[in-house]
Amino acid sequence: MIDYINAITLLANYIIVPSLAYGSQLALGALGITMVYAVLRFSNFAHGEIMSFGTMISIFIIWLFQSIGISINPLPTALLALPFSITATIILLLILDKTVFRYYQQQRVQPVTFMIVSVGVMFFLAGFIRFLIGTSKKNFDDGERFIVKASQFKQMTGLAEGLSIRTTQAITVIVTILLVIFIFWFLNKTRTGKSMRAFSDNEDLALLSGINPERVIIITWILVGVLASVAGTLYGLDKGYKPFVYLQLVLPIFAAAIVGGVGNPIGAVAGGYIIAFSEAFITFAYKRFLTYLLPKEWAPEGLVQILSTEYKFAISFVLLVIVLLVRPTGLFRGKTL
Amino acid sequence: MTFFEGKNMYAGYGATMILNGCSISVDRGKITVIVGPNGAGKSTAMKALFGMLPLSRGSVTFDGKDIVHLRPEQRVMLGMAYVPQTSNVFPSMTVLENLEMGGFIRIDDLSSTIAEIFDLFPILKTKQGQAAGELSGGQRQQVAVARALMTQPKILMLDEPTAGVSPIVMDELFDRIIDIAKMGVAIVMVEQNAKQALQIADRGFVLVQGENKFTDTGSSLLGNSEVRKAFLGG
Amino acid sequence: MKLWNQKSNKKVFLLFALMSGALLIVGFFQSWNLMLAILNLCLISAVMSLGVNLQWGYAGLFNAGIMGFAALGGLAAMLVTKAPVIGAWHAGGFGILLGMFILVVSAILAYFVWVRLEGRGKKRYWYVIFIVVIGYIISRFVLGPAIISIESFEPSSSGYLGGAGLPVLLSWFVGGLLAALVAFFIGRITLGLRSDYLAIATLGISEIVIFIFKNEDWLTRGVKNVTGIPRPVPYEIELQSSIWFQNLSEYIGIGVIQASSLFVKLCYTSLFLSVLLILLWLCEKALNSPWGRMMRAIRDNETAASAMGKDVTSRHLQIFVIGSAIVGIAGAMLVTLDGQFNPTIYHPLRFTFLIWVMVIVGGSGNNFGAILGGFVVWFFWIEAEIIGNALVQILTLPLSDSSSLKEHFLNTAPQLRLLIMGLVLLLFLRFAPRGVIPEKTLRKLSE
Ligand SMILES: Nc1ncnc2c1ncn2[C@@H]1O[C@H](COP(=O)(O)OP(=O)(O)OP(=O)(O)O)[C@@H](O)[C@H]1O
Ligand SMILES: [Mg+2]
Repeated sequence: MIDYINAITLLANYIIVPSLAYGSQLALGALGITMVYAVLRFSNFAHGEIMSFGTMISIFIIWLFQSIGISINPLPTALLALPFSITATIILLLILDKTVFRYYQQQRVQPVTFMIVSVGVMFFLAGFIRFLIGTSKKNFDDGERFIVKASQFKQMTGLAEGLSIRTTQAITVIVTILLVIFIFWFLNKTRTGKSMRAFSDNEDLALLSGINPERVIIITWILVGVLASVAGTLYGLDKGYKPFVYLQLVLPIFAAAIVGGVGNPIGAVAGGYIIAFSEAFITFAYKRFLTYLLPKEWAPEGLVQILSTEYKFAISFVLLVIVLLVRPTGLFRGKTL
Repeated sequence: MTFFEGKNMYAGYGATMILNGCSISVDRGKITVIVGPNGAGKSTAMKALFGMLPLSRGSVTFDGKDIVHLRPEQRVMLGMAYVPQTSNVFPSMTVLENLEMGGFIRIDDLSSTIAEIFDLFPILKTKQGQAAGELSGGQRQQVAVARALMTQPKILMLDEPTAGVSPIVMDELFDRIIDIAKMGVAIVMVEQNAKQALQIADRGFVLVQGENKFTDTGSSLLGNSEVRKAFLGG
Repeated sequence: MKLWNQKSNKKVFLLFALMSGALLIVGFFQSWNLMLAILNLCLISAVMSLGVNLQWGYAGLFNAGIMGFAALGGLAAMLVTKAPVIGAWHAGGFGILLGMFILVVSAILAYFVWVRLEGRGKKRYWYVIFIVVIGYIISRFVLGPAIISIESFEPSSSGYLGGAGLPVLLSWFVGGLLAALVAFFIGRITLGLRSDYLAIATLGISEIVIFIFKNEDWLTRGVKNVTGIPRPVPYEIELQSSIWFQNLSEYIGIGVIQASSLFVKLCYTSLFLSVLLILLWLCEKALNSPWGRMMRAIRDNETAASAMGKDVTSRHLQIFVIGSAIVGIAGAMLVTLDGQFNPTIYHPLRFTFLIWVMVIVGGSGNNFGAILGGFVVWFFWIEAEIIGNALVQILTLPLSDSSSLKEHFLNTAPQLRLLIMGLVLLLFLRFAPRGVIPEKTLRKLSE
């Protein structure tokens, strides 16, 4: 019996807790990409850099707060910085909308053209961000680091396996739940949210119903700004901030959005967790896990790992490609909000 | 004086002209039906009347005012409503949400209008929580008409409301349209089922290659042997 | 070429003259060595952008996996030219071959099952997954130990199987072939996708390819790099010690060390230039052939073309393979020039999106435009560093020299090249979407 509990604790520690956190970050990112897709109808390659921008602003604000001694210990200062970075990201997006995206939206260009435009924005933002903050890694997870430490857990329970939960992981999951609930409430219950869904469903009919497209687009960018800066900051809080990682992050995020069904918010959230959990399950070494469960004689010798940990990122690409080939509409049949 | 009129309209897509001086008119509480062969420009005429296509010549007047320069949304505000021929509902939204979106420009309470519409189309009441995209063709057309009615328009423009609908449902839809006209709403309707439509029409227009070929009351068009032969299949 | 009129000929000539002028300025004011270094990479960039132009400009295919094909070409250059590591082959060569054989057999089996079970619903997926998984597991049993013994064979100097020890120029062909082969499979599975999904899928697959290169040390030495890849041109040391060269440098009047370095670069330049010109000639021929016209007709109206009975997907596959092969050749040339294979350099920013900027800025659909784009964009990619630095110097003028902020921005100034590229791309898309040398308007003719 105790072996089973140990095995489950092992899984919880190495797969469930980290994947819940990483999945939440992907889910928020994918939700942002999906919203842009549903309303503006293009795949936004710049999304990773938008997340990076939000994170950068968070870091600047945190530095400012730290230098004047403001903190909310044991919670990380990042939570205090979030409103500012959200505002800044929204302003950035509205400027980008006005100067870049709006023109193509009005021209009703092909999705590919729009996508290339977003590559231009990606380049621009990448340069801008790296110029401002540099390329080195920055950690900003101040405050209490752990909610439960592995050693504490072992002491408390007397188990052989420990379970550690970092503050940043818990915060990530809680903030994600709150934000996702808010977004769904907004889309399904408010007049403005419904008008966004209507616009995404049938643009021409929305116009005929007197829905103002400009307003819909601005609100979309505002929501995307919230989602992107929160997702980026949470990711940076959890794993440290390196500007170029956010470029790489775009693919797992696309994978999450597409696996769930691009344009479908429920799919985006589910896709985030699917990607995170498959990465963890496929690269986990099951040796210890099996040792607990199997009789002694059967205990495995090798690591019992499906793929080595180096391939973690690659798994999301594989899933992405498989879903694109087998079921391009995604698991939740996405198309509209 | 006619309530709503497009006079001598010329319009097209890009360089190709589709409408070559066509005129359409309707009075308060009356039904106008436009018929004609496929590609005659019926849908184009509707779009031109609703301002979704710029006129290169001609005029559109509403209650005596020239509205040629108004954008479609502004015409909605004036009291016009339009049901396009295709994709005329929000497929992923529920029936009720479709109605709410139809009344989007109204700031007052929508519930009484919704209740009236449910009286008119009882089936929608039972299906109000279902996504419009999941409804049958006939039910979807009802949603489309109902959506347009949400602004309590003075004129309702319908582009083939009975397309893909069984004869029984079609008769029912025509009955509803008559009901709506009786409430004082002017109706402009394009129809493939020319015979039945002309039977309920106060005025009929036969459009061929963007021009008015025949204009008369519905019943006299039905009686006109030339029209019967060429457009109503004998 | 017949379509060309006098005026656009002149414009193209003028633009290339301007480009040469810019390079000459670098030669006179910075150094000739730098100028040739830039020129060589300009030539390689131009080859890549020629390949991408084939895909995007002729056929409207958005291939975001360019970096993967460049890496495949690079891998070929390394595998063809490096001498085999006999000891490693003895240690694990058989295991690797057997493992590969098992993988190939299971792939073929899976393919047959896939074809045979057409229309049998879900079952098909499960059988195929089952076969692939079983094949993979068996192969791991064989490969695992083989890989370990190969990677532990003289790990500091080799730890991989080495290559075939064949001539360098052959490797460029092989690079093209390898890229073409992989492009064939990738194209087969992705070309049915919508354009933006195609981009994401190709990007994803390329990332997987590069991941494999980074992690399969027995094949590529992974991140430990393979250096000392043989050259098609003489080594500087050899030149410096040969009498004729000493005489030559004396005659020209520059130091023998500098002369040797210039000479080597010039050799590369002439090789690269020949490749570029041959490919350009071929591309121009293809563009103006019935095949090329049909490609562009398909691009401009896919529905009409497929309604006319044109097999759109197989045409797309052809051009996808050819374009990727050209990128592969460029990738092989790049590794030859660098003398080393390093899988970590293949960033999408540098090897996919930058090439895109080249094609779009130059003029998609026009080979001369694509080449000019390759030159101009690479030139500014390098010189943007100087521009960025100057910009920072000016902007931070009010700050004192010792200010840490100024120091920080001088450090990060090179990143401004990304910003400048983004700006250039956005400005072109908005105000000159057809590029500097626009496509000859087949579109107008067909309308
Ligand atoms: N968006 C458009 N762009 C270009 N041409 C169009 C467009 N819509 C319609 N046309 C052309 O205009 C002509 C008239 O089309 P319209 O839709 O008005 O015909 P219709 O009378 O409504 O036909 P139907 O009975 O089939 O609905 C057709 O030749 C059609 O090809
Ligand atoms: Mg029509």
